[in-house]
Amino acid sequence: MKILVGVKRVIDYNVKVRVKADQSNVDLTNVKMAMNPFCEIAVEEAVRLKEAGVASEVIVMSVGTTQSQEQLRNALALGADRAIWVEAESDIEPLNVAKAFAAVVEKEQPGLVILGKQSIDSDNNQMGQMLAALTKRPQGTFASKLVIDGDKALVTREIDGGLRTVALTLPAIVTTDLRLNEPRYAKLPDIMKAKRKPLDTLSLADLGVTPKSHYRLDKVEAPSTRSAGIKVASVDELISKLKDEAKVI
Amino acid sequence: MTTLLIAEHNSSTLSSATLCALTAAQAIGNDIHVLVVGKNVESVADEAASLSGVAKVLCANADVYEYALAEPMGDLIVYLAANYSHIIAPSNSESKDFMPRVAALLDVGQMSDICAVLSADQFKRPIYAGNAIATVTALDAKKVITVRASSFDKNAQQNDQKCPVETIDFVAESVLSSWQSDDITESERPDLSSASRIVSGGRGVGSGENFALVEALADKLGAAVGASRAAVDAGFVSNDLQVGQTGKIVAPDLYMAFGISGAIQHLAGMKDSKVIVAVNKDEDAPIFQVADYGLVGDLFTIIPEMVGKL
Ligand SMILES: Cc1cc2nc3c(=O)[nH]c(=O)nc-3n(C[C@H](O)[C@H](O)[C@H](O)COP(=O)(O)OP(=O)(O)OC[C@H]3O[C@@H](n4cnc5c(N)ncnc54)[C@H](O)[C@@H]3O)c2cc1C
Ligand SMILES: Nc1ncnc2c1ncn2[C@@H]1O[C@H](COP(=O)(O)O)[C@@H](O)[C@H]1O
Repeated sequence: MKILVGVKRVIDYNVKVRVKADQSNVDLTNVKMAMNPFCEIAVEEAVRLKEAGVASEVIVMSVGTTQSQEQLRNALALGADRAIWVEAESDIEPLNVAKAFAAVVEKEQPGLVILGKQSIDSDNNQMGQMLAALTKRPQGTFASKLVIDGDKALVTREIDGGLRTVALTLPAIVTTDLRLNEPRYAKLPDIMKAKRKPLDTLSLADLGVTPKSHYRLDKVEAPSTRSAGIKVASVDELISKLKDEAKVI
Repeated sequence: MTTLLIAEHNSSTLSSATLCALTAAQAIGNDIHVLVVGKNVESVADEAASLSGVAKVLCANADVYEYALAEPMGDLIVYLAANYSHIIAPSNSESKDFMPRVAALLDVGQMSDICAVLSADQFKRPIYAGNAIATVTALDAKKVITVRASSFDKNAQQNDQKCPVETIDFVAESVLSSWQSDDITESERPDLSSASRIVSGGRGVGSGENFALVEALADKLGAAVGASRAAVDAGFVSNDLQVGQTGKIVAPDLYMAFGISGAIQHLAGMKDSKVIVAVNKDEDAPIFQVADYGLVGDLFTIIPEMVGKL
């Protein structure tokens, strides 16, 4: 079984982003970029399935700018076998990304596609569900456990009330939640080896996708900030502030 | 132009998030139809029919909808979509699962987690863990939208006369995925998403047993219990208590954070709370930058003292 994994280049999760003075967007100049953390979890899960003999090949794919190849190389160093880079603007919309993935799914016929649940930049949480709809494959979103059992994937999902397990008939689409696994770090020899692994370049046109704009970004503002509070010295002071000043208890 | 609002419910009542999404739907300005989907949900449909501002309730009642699986939910909504310009739902783990399917099947974009309605096609939504707020115009004729409930007031007004309830006979087929089991956290405490007070614990709480302290204070205050990712990852509490960018977004009157450092991902989920209290033994912890009242000290002495004095 082949596994296709989505890898998105995003701002590093430790960086607090700033809005540009002209409010046209956030300012990403000289900001540290990295693989979306949920994609790291997706790569890790796929590599573990390969190590366990369940998967035969792990293909990683990114739709984005030239620099996205850094994140693909990183995924190759973590154990993926080959990479597909589809050239696009960095702010390409999820439905267009889903169409590009659908075209690759059609061509490669992976038994499983593993994606992150959410990009930490756009906070969309859409692509996997859209891909499942376009490819008519069952979906298991927000996975904290994944077991492949014959022609089924048993996916334990993190839901608002707790956990829910669903059975999907393969081929299927899974999106990762935080508790699925703890991703490994790439080792230096693997980083060297990754440089020689295949990385194919495609355009959206090669995949038959004409990107459409479904939104227009009009403005990006900084959120309202909270006015600085005070430090209290004791539990007694805290309780009296909450009772008499804030009136919340 | 009509808006279809997909109700969130627990098979017996509508969630408060649905009432918040109704406020957002009213700001869009169309007639509003509410869709209630599930198994044995007639009473929920009846409840929706008495909400002010709702012109019609659609009720789809069938076994296949019992667990709100994304595939049948998506098919049902797409089946109904022809009559609607806006399809909206409160953002929750179910709608996040099926709404993007609806958008893809209709070949339109989805607007996730709006926090303000500026017009029928222009909205605000948080991006980058809420560190930026985008104003976005939806260009498709049909708009698929999820609503951040904590950004809207509840519309709990009742109409004297109930609106009509229409039964939807369309039964989606579900063949490729099936429900297996649930492991739902049972709790007597208020629901985290809608509680007016929340007491949260982080890695500093140290263990699952120690969380009893956080719970004791929550019970004194009639509050819900929340947690940071670190506390969930370490197994102190279950995943449904995680507050943050990728967990639950809350905005209670009072949010108390014990042993939580204040990473941007955690702040993203609680910084719109009315009053924030932080207790941390590190006086430089970033959580103090958003706290109205900060107390530097050891939670293991502070919580018992608070429980004793309240
Ligand atoms: C993709 C991604 C998504 C994420 N999503 C979320 C999310 O949704 N929600 C979330 O919370 N996090 C999320 N995180 C994690 C986030 O970055 C932080 O790692 C996490 O919030 C830290 O949790 P914490 O504050 O409990 O732990 P720590 O950062 O370890 O802080 C523990 C604090 O406890 C204090 N402390 C220790 N002992 C005591 C004591 N006895 N008394 C008082 N104080 C004490 C310490 O001084 C410290 O400040 C996410 C991260 C990533 C990468
Ligand atoms: N441009 C992209 N290239 C590769 N994978 C992507 C891209 N956009 C989204 N994804 C995948 O889809 C997941 C969810 O993204 P989103 O719907 O944007 O929140 C991400 O974690 C990735 O795995």
